[in-house]
Amino acid sequence: MRRGLIVGGLCLAAIVAAGLFVTRAVPVDASAFDGLEGDAANGEKVFTAAGCASCHAAPDATGEAKVILAGGQRFDSDFGTFIAPNISPHPEAGIGSWSLGEFASAVQKGVSPDGQHYYPAFPYASYIHMTDQDVVDLWAFWQTLPEDATPSQPQEVNFPFSIRRSVGVWKYLYLTDDWVMQDVPKPELERGRYLVEALAHCGECHTPRDALGGLDRSQWLAGAANPTGPGQIPSLTPDDLGWGPTDIVYYLETGFTPDFDSAGGHMVSVIENFAKLPASDREAVAAYLKALP
Amino acid sequence: MKKHLRFAIAFAALGCGTAAYAQDDFSAQLKARQGQFRIMAINLGILGGMAQGKMDYDAEAAQAAADTLVAVSNIQQGPMWPEGSDNMSIDGTRAQPTIWDQNEDFLSKWSDFGTAAQAMQAAASGGVDALGPVMGQIGGTCKACHDTHRAPAN
Repeated sequence: MRRGLIVGGLCLAAIVAAGLFVTRAVPVDASAFDGLEGDAANGEKVFTAAGCASCHAAPDATGEAKVILAGGQRFDSDFGTFIAPNISPHPEAGIGSWSLGEFASAVQKGVSPDGQHYYPAFPYASYIHMTDQDVVDLWAFWQTLPEDATPSQPQEVNFPFSIRRSVGVWKYLYLTDDWVMQDVPKPELERGRYLVEALAHCGECHTPRDALGGLDRSQWLAGAANPTGPGQIPSLTPDDLGWGPTDIVYYLETGFTPDFDSAGGHMVSVIENFAKLPASDREAVAAYLKALP
Repeated sequence: MKKHLRFAIAFAALGCGTAAYAQDDFSAQLKARQGQFRIMAINLGILGGMAQGKMDYDAEAAQAAADTLVAVSNIQQGPMWPEGSDNMSIDGTRAQPTIWDQNEDFLSKWSDFGTAAQAMQAAASGGVDALGPVMGQIGGTCKACHDTHRAPAN
C-alpha cells in the first residue's frame, strides 16, 4: 500500500515535471544573431509586410501616426479580449530597453524577456519562419521609430487561458517551424510562401481554428469564421476564390475585387501594407495562392 | 349604410397596411442602398477595366461612368439608413451599428467618396493614364469606410 503510494507519487511528480518541461518558455539562442548587421531599410520592408503597425498602432491611428506603436487596439475572441501592448521604443512603456535576443525571442518564439509565454494573438506561430537576418533588420528599423509613453493594458483573457503557462500546452500542440507548402521549386514561389506563411501571416485569419485555437493546417487558407465578429473570412484556395493572378495583384494594390467591390475590415490595413511593397512581392503572393491545392 | 361599412373596412385595411409598413424588415431600404453600391461597382469596373488595360480606353464611356459615380454620390443617404437596419438587428445586411453610433464619421467618409468621384469626373476623358491614380483615390475612400462600417460577408 505504502509502496503503491510512493510509486503513484513518483509517477505524479514525473507527469508534473514532464508537463512543466513541455510547457516551459524557450527563448532563441541569442548567439545565432552574432555577426549579423542590421539594415534598417530592409527592416522597414519587413515591418510593412509583417503588418506590425496594423495591430500595434493606437486605435483609429491613420497615416503617419501608424508608426507610433502605442498599442490599445482590442481584439475580441472566444478566449477573451486581447489588447495590443505598447511596443514603441519607449524604454519604460514600450520595448526600448530590450536586447536584440529578447526581441527575437518575442517575435520568433513568443517568449517575453521575463520568460513568459505571449498569447498567440501575437502571430509568432507565423513569425517563427522569419529569417534571423530579417529579425535583425527589423530591430534596426525599430530604433528609428518614435517613442510613446502610453502604458500597456492588461489582457482580458478568460480562465484557464489567463494562466500564461497554459500557452505552453498550446505551443506544444501547434507551434512548428515546418512550412505548410513543402515544395517551392521557383524563387517567386518561395518568396510568396515567405510572405504568406511567415511575414503577412495570412493563415492566422484565413485558416480555420480548432476548439483550442490552433490552426487546422489540413484546411490551409480555406476560409474561417471571423474571429472578431459576425461573418466569414473568405477562402483563398484557387477553386474557391476563382481569381486570376492579375486579379490578386490588383486587389493587393488597390483593394478592388474583380467585380469592383472593395476590401473591408482588417484587410484594409493588409492592403495598405501590400500596396507599399514592391510589385514583385504582390506577384509572388499571387503565385503562391495559385499553387495552393 | 353599406357605403359607411365599406369605408370602415377600407380604413381598417389601410391602418393594418401602415402598421405592417412601420415594423417591416427594411427590405426596401436595403435594396436601395445595396443597389447604389452595385451601380458604383459596375461603373468602377468600366474605369478600372480601362485603367488595367483589360478593355480599350473610350473617353466617352469613361466620362459617362465617372458622371454616374458623381450622381450616386449625390443621392441623399439619410432615408436609406433608418435606425435599426444594422446587421445586429436584421438579416440581409453587413451594415455595422457604428454607422449610427459614429454617424458623423460615416457621413464624412461618404462625402470623401463624392470628392474622389468628382476628381474622376474631371480626369476621365483626359486619357487612360489619368484613370489609375484616381482609381486608387476612390478605392481608398471605399476601404476607409468598409474598414469600420461594413462586416465581412457571410
